Amino acid sequence: MSEKYLEIRNIVKVYPTPEGGEVRALDDVSLDIAAGEFFILLGPSGCGKTTLLRSIAGLEYPDSGEIILLGDRIDDKPPYERPVNTVFQSYALFPHMTVGENIAFGLEMEKIEKDEVAKRVVEALEQVKLSGYENRLPSQLSGGQQQRVALARALAKKPKVLLLDEPLSALDLKLRRGMQVELKRLQRETGITFVFVTHDQEEAMSMGDRIAVFSQGKIVQLDSPVNVYRRPINAYVADFIGETNLIEGTIVAGGIELPGGNLLPISQLADDSFIPESGQVTVAIRPEDLVLASDGLISGTVRDVIFTGDSVRVHVTVGDIEVIASLASYGTSIPAQGSQVALNPEHRAARTVAS
Amino acid sequence: MTAATAAPKSGSKSKSKRARPGQASPKLAYLPIIFLAFAIGIPLLIIVVYSFLEKPSQGTGVKWVFTTENYQALFIQQKLDGTTALDTRYLKVLWTSFSYSLITTIVTLVLSIPVAMWIATRDARKRTLLVALVTLPFWISILIRTYGMRQIIADEGPIGKFLGLFNIEWSILYSPPATILGLIYVFLPFMILPIYASAERFDFRLAEAAYDLGAKKLTVVRRIVLPAIRPGVISGIALVFIPALGSFLQSDMLGGGKTNMVANVIANNFGQARNWPFGSALAVLLIMLTLLFVLVIQGISQRRGDKVELV
Repeated sequence: MSEKYLEIRNIVKVYPTPEGGEVRALDDVSLDIAAGEFFILLGPSGCGKTTLLRSIAGLEYPDSGEIILLGDRIDDKPPYERPVNTVFQSYALFPHMTVGENIAFGLEMEKIEKDEVAKRVVEALEQVKLSGYENRLPSQLSGGQQQRVALARALAKKPKVLLLDEPLSALDLKLRRGMQVELKRLQRETGITFVFVTHDQEEAMSMGDRIAVFSQGKIVQLDSPVNVYRRPINAYVADFIGETNLIEGTIVAGGIELPGGNLLPISQLADDSFIPESGQVTVAIRPEDLVLASDGLISGTVRDVIFTGDSVRVHVTVGDIEVIASLASYGTSIPAQGSQVALNPEHRAARTVAS
Repeated sequence: MTAATAAPKSGSKSKSKRARPGQASPKLAYLPIIFLAFAIGIPLLIIVVYSFLEKPSQGTGVKWVFTTENYQALFIQQKLDGTTALDTRYLKVLWTSFSYSLITTIVTLVLSIPVAMWIATRDARKRTLLVALVTLPFWISILIRTYGMRQIIADEGPIGKFLGLFNIEWSILYSPPATILGLIYVFLPFMILPIYASAERFDFRLAEAAYDLGAKKLTVVRRIVLPAIRPGVISGIALVFIPALGSFLQSDMLGGGKTNMVANVIANNFGQARNWPFGSALAVLLIMLTLLFVLVIQGISQRRGDKVELV
């Protein structure tokens, strides 16, 4: 981490809106990406993550700030002078060229010898498990195969950084999961630095070494997947990453008063929770951290019980809010709808978050 | 299954023969097809028949005697002493038409690609406006437009007067360049529109991908953009070259009749020269050459796998 590989310094990008206003797509964003890292830019659509990726690629020019790759400033260079390549969301395969020609295109631009180009095309197709597809046209391939060709085309260039713009969003869930594992493996084997844009938090956590969570042009939290999930910096991150019960409470003597007259003792909260002297706080509890207990701290009425296969989701009305608990579908007595239950936060996983 | 087969058949038509919703009935096409068949087929038949008939000794029309003389006369000259020699006059006229059409096609093509690409990259509202502007000339009769062109390029016209201020002599009217200029002017929209139609469908993310893979602007245009708009380019070439080959108004009004294109010679034979059979033979030759060109274009586009249908 100490070695600086790709540095993003104070990038600002402002777009005019059709109404005459402006949107700060990137609002003073800075971050360092290490060599060989699988780095995730995560956020909802319009949060600026794609703009940052395109700025690294050279398809957008930021209004101010610097992008430095291996000590070289690249933010004012055209895309063809940057040693980075992109896998596009739409794949952007050239429809009039065969798979082989698509992959060779980028290599021909580098004036690489013909024999070497042919060798690298075969190599790239091997990497994405599409050997023998050289002479197919993109239109003759399935979505998943087109995706692999797009990946092979970018990888064949042996880029210093591979940029991936939501490459899996068009695939169905099973294919997507398979590709996630494969991408991770490919990244480890090639050692190429990946910068991966996604709005899918599950995808982000399953692949990333580190995740930068974006909101409205800013990085809200930059951390490992475990920390982003377990120690969200605020309610936005807690809510965006995974599923969370966000419960408003009031600081009272001995703990936090939750809706419905329930009291959550401070001792139940995570060690590093910030507890103010008084006033309102937001408590975040993951559904899987709640268990049914006879002496539970949070009591309420069961409103819905939903069986999802690997778990049973119990919606409990607590005071004027609803709390969701995710229980194991085996070995648990499932409460009936309308019954009174009590829930306990486990493992001291509940925490207060800034709202 | 049993229920379906046992069900009584309603009406005489089986289900599979019934037109699916959204499918046009072929009956709707009958009337225009019949109309076109008559309006194109009958004149064509008359021309072909006339081309094999003799010219009457007096007046216009045809004498109903079969002959192939009209076709021989296209290439062979009967001398007064009875000997024959190759007659290159009509071949030269054909070459003139061909070269004018070729120049017109090339110039309109070179002008149209950047224009079409530029329009295609505007936002939707501007695109509609710009396409309307390209079609604006169609609102005015070609005769009036050509007449207007004559006023503009006349020696004493605005261009001539302006250049006169710098003592530059301007005399272009009634010359081959004036004819070609008139052709370019009239046919430019026919090149822009089909290329625009292709360019509009072009996915500009492909250009981005090419840049990302290390291509510079010219390479992107040559290897990504041009192949994508090729169907439009081929349509444009056909829409310009074929009618240009048969056009006569421009050489008549702007070329001053000095530079005859093949259509002028055909028109002349039906008019002043009063030789309908020979005019017909020349017309048949022009149709054959045009057809040959169409087949060549289609051959090229089919080999490339483009979706261009001309015949």
